[in-house]
Amino acid sequence: MVGFVLRRIAVSVLVLLAASFIMYVLSANSGDPLLDLRGSSAANRDQLIAARVAALDLDVAPPLRYFLWLGGAAQCLVPFVGTCDLGTTISNAQVTDILPTAMFSTLQLVTVSFVIAIFLGVAVGIITALRQYSGFDFGVTLLSFFLYSLPAFLVAVLLKEFMALGFNNFLQAQTSIPIWVIVLIGVVSAVIWQAMIAGPPRRRLVVAAVSGASTVVLFVYFNLSDWFRNPGFGPVGLFLLIGGTVVVITALIAGLENRRALIIASVNGALAYLSYFLLQGLFDVSSLGTLIILGIVAVAVGIATGLLFGGTDRGQAMRIGGVVALLTSSYVVLDRFMQSWPAYLDLPRINGRPIATVGAATPGLKGDVWISGIDSFTHLLLPTVALLLISFAGYTRYARSGLLEVMGQDYIRTARAKGLSERVVVMRHALRNMLIPIATLIATDIGALLGGAVITEHVFAISGMGSLFVSSLRRVDVNPIMGYFLVIAFTAILFNFLADLAYAALDPRVRVAA
Amino acid sequence: MSGNEPREPEELPMTAQMMPETAEPEPVPAREVDDTVGVSQGRLILRRFLGNKVAIVSGILFLIVVIFATSAVGIGPIPGWWKHNYTTLAPQVGGGAPTLSLVPEWLGGSGISLGEHPFGQSRIGIDYFAMTMRGIQNSIIVMFVIGIGGTVIGTVIGAVAGYYRGRVDSILMRITDVFIVIPIIVIGAVVGRATGGLGVWLLAAFLALISWTTIARLVRAEFLSLREREFVEAARVAGASDLRIIFKHILPNAIGVVIVAATLLAAAAILLETALSYLQLGVRPPDVSLGLIISDNQSAFQTRPWLFWWPAAFIVILALLVNFVGDGLRDAFDPRQKRFSRRRTKEQSAS
Repeated sequence: MVGFVLRRIAVSVLVLLAASFIMYVLSANSGDPLLDLRGSSAANRDQLIAARVAALDLDVAPPLRYFLWLGGAAQCLVPFVGTCDLGTTISNAQVTDILPTAMFSTLQLVTVSFVIAIFLGVAVGIITALRQYSGFDFGVTLLSFFLYSLPAFLVAVLLKEFMALGFNNFLQAQTSIPIWVIVLIGVVSAVIWQAMIAGPPRRRLVVAAVSGASTVVLFVYFNLSDWFRNPGFGPVGLFLLIGGTVVVITALIAGLENRRALIIASVNGALAYLSYFLLQGLFDVSSLGTLIILGIVAVAVGIATGLLFGGTDRGQAMRIGGVVALLTSSYVVLDRFMQSWPAYLDLPRINGRPIATVGAATPGLKGDVWISGIDSFTHLLLPTVALLLISFAGYTRYARSGLLEVMGQDYIRTARAKGLSERVVVMRHALRNMLIPIATLIATDIGALLGGAVITEHVFAISGMGSLFVSSLRRVDVNPIMGYFLVIAFTAILFNFLADLAYAALDPRVRVAA
Repeated sequence: MSGNEPREPEELPMTAQMMPETAEPEPVPAREVDDTVGVSQGRLILRRFLGNKVAIVSGILFLIVVIFATSAVGIGPIPGWWKHNYTTLAPQVGGGAPTLSLVPEWLGGSGISLGEHPFGQSRIGIDYFAMTMRGIQNSIIVMFVIGIGGTVIGTVIGAVAGYYRGRVDSILMRITDVFIVIPIIVIGAVVGRATGGLGVWLLAAFLALISWTTIARLVRAEFLSLREREFVEAARVAGASDLRIIFKHILPNAIGVVIVAATLLAAAAILLETALSYLQLGVRPPDVSLGLIISDNQSAFQTRPWLFWWPAAFIVILALLVNFVGDGLRDAFDPRQKRFSRRRTKEQSAS
C-alpha cells in the first residue's frame, strides 16, 4: 500500500511537470503579450515595452523562461515560509494574491449546482432504472440526449437573454399568470407524475388527476396571493411541507410501518414547526454565523432524538432524525428569506427586476444577511441552473446504468427470494452498491470543480477561475494562466488518487496493487 | 442512452441455423450455398444498426444537412448555389428580419417563400443564411478532422501501448496522463488562441492533436485483453510480423470500440469548436463559426432574436444527430447495451 502511494506520487509529480511545461510553452507562444503596447500611441511607448519585458522576462525564450517560473513555483512546496512566487500578471498583480479570490467565487458558484446535480441526477436515474423502458425512461433518455448536445454557452446565453429578462418583465408588469399557462403546467405535471409512479391504468389516472389538480390549485393560489412578489410558506404551507417531508423521508428510509421511525421524524418536524414561531425574533438580528450554528443544532437534535428513542435500530433512527431535522429547519430559514423578498424588490438598485445577468453580487448593496443572501441567490441562480442542466444528464445516465447492472445481480434475487419488501431491496441492497462507482465519479468531479465553469463564468461575468483563465489567455498573460493550471492540475491529480483509494476502500473486490 | 425498446438481435441467426430448409425471413443478398453457416459478425452488427430507426433517420438527416450546407456556400473556390456571400454586406431589408415564410396563404400567411434573406441579416447586413451555412460547414470540417485525426492517433498509440505492454506501455500511458491532466477546454483554448488565425482546417488539425486520449485508453484496454487470445498466438506461430498482427488480426476485433468512441468524439468536437469560437479563441473573422456569430451578435438578441435561434438550433441539431448515430452504433456493436463508462476505462489504465 505504501509502495503504491509512493509510486503514484512520483508518477504524478512527473506528469505535473511535463503538463505544466507543455502548458507554459503553448500559452507563451499563443500570441504577443506586447500587442496592446505596440499599438499604443503613448509617448513613452518604448519605455513601457522595455518595462514589461523586464518584469515578465520576455527576453528569455519560453522553454527557458519556464524554468525561471518553476524556480519560483517550487518555493510554494516549502511550507510556512511564505516565499511562494508564481510571478506577476501583466498589470503587475501577484498571481498568489488573485488566485484565492478567484477560487472563492468559483467555489461559491459551482458548489450548489454540483450538489443539486448529484442529488437530482441520481434520483432521476434511479427512477428511470426502476421504470426501465417506460414512457418516463424514454422521456428522460431523450432529454439527456438533448442536454448532452447542448453547448454550455448556448444554455447560458439562453437563460441570460430570454429567461432572466422574461421573468423580470413578468414581475415588473404586475400581471398574473394566464389561465392557459396554468392549465398547461398542470397537464405537464400530471403526465410526468403518472409516468414516474406507473402501475395499472387506474392508479395512473388517480395519480395524474391528483397531481394535475394540486398543481393547478397551487398556481391559482400563487396568482391570487401575488406570490411571486410576496412569497412565503405561511403557517399552513409550512405545516403541509413539513408533514410531507416527514412522511416521504420515513417511507424511503424506514418504511411507514416502522412506527418508531415515524414518531422520531414527526418529533423533529414538530420541533422545526415550533421554531418557526419562536425564532422569528432571533432571525431578525441573525448573521450568517447564527444560521450555521442553528443548522448544526438542528441536525444535532435530530441525531440525538434518533439516538435516544431509536430502540433496536439506532443507526437508521439517527439518519432519519438528522435528515428530517436538516430539511424541515431549512424550510423555516427559507421562509424567512422569502419574507425579505418584497424589501429586496423595492431596493432602488434592484427596482423590481431581481434576476441579475452579470456578476456575483449587486455592487454597493448594503443589507442584513437576508438581503445579501437573496442578492447572491438572484445573481447565482441562472449560472447555477446552466451548470446544473449540463452535469445533470451525465449523473442520470450513470445512476441508471449503475442501478440496472446492480438489479441484475444474484444477491438482489436472493434478497427478493427471502421475502424482503421492494423498498428494502432497492434502498438497502441495490442503492448502496450502485453508489460505489458514483462516489468515485463524484470524487473525480470534485477535482475538476476548481477549474471552474470556463464558459458559464465568462457569459455571466463572474470573476472566478474560469474567467481568470480566459481573460489572461486573451492577453497572453502566462503567469496567471500557469497559476490557474497549477491549481486545477493539482486538485485533479489529488482527487483522482483519492477516487482510486475510495474505490478500493468501498469495494472489497478491487485490490490496490501493492 | 439505451432506453430503446428491448430487441432480440440473436434470434434471427439462431432460427436460420436450426431450420436450414425453411425460407429465411431476412432477404440476404449474395447468399452463400451453405445456409447453415449463419450470419457473419459484421452483417449482424449492420442488421442491428439498420434496425435502429432513430439512428438511421439521424444519419440520413445529418447527411442532408451536410450536403445542403456545403452546396449552399460552396467549397473553396467552387461557388455554391446561394446568391449571397457570408462576407459581403447587403442593403438591409425590413430591419434585417428573416424573410422566410412557411405559413401557406390559405392559412392566412403570406405563402411559402424564401425571400431575399430567409434567415435575416446580421447587425451589419450580411446575409444570415449564408453565415449560418458557412458556420455549419466549418463545424462539419472540424468534426471530421478531429474525429478522424484524433481516432487515428489514439488508435495507434493505444494499439502500440496495449500490444507491447511493459515499458512502451507505461511511457505512452504517462504521456496520455499528461494530456488528460489538462482539461480539453483549457488546452483547446490555448491551442485555439495560437492557431485560430490559421484557418479552420489547421485549427481542427491542432485540436485533433490533443483530443486522442480517451480513444487511446479504450483501444489499449481492448488490446491488452485481445493480445492474449489464441488467434493472436496462432498468427505469431505462423510467423506474422507485429505490424501485421496489430492491424490485420487485433484491430478488426477492436473496431467496435474505435468506431463508437470516434462518433462520440465527433459530437464532442462540434461542441468544443463552437465553445472555443464563442470565447473568440477558435475560428476568427472574417471566417464564420456558429459559436462566433452567437458571440458577435449577443448584444442584439433582445431586438433581433433570430440572430440567436438559427445558429443555436443548428449546433444542437448537428450534435444531437451525431449523438443519436453514435448511440445506435454502440447498441449495434454491443448488444448487451453496456455503456462506456469513464470509470471503467480509468480503472483499466490505472491498474
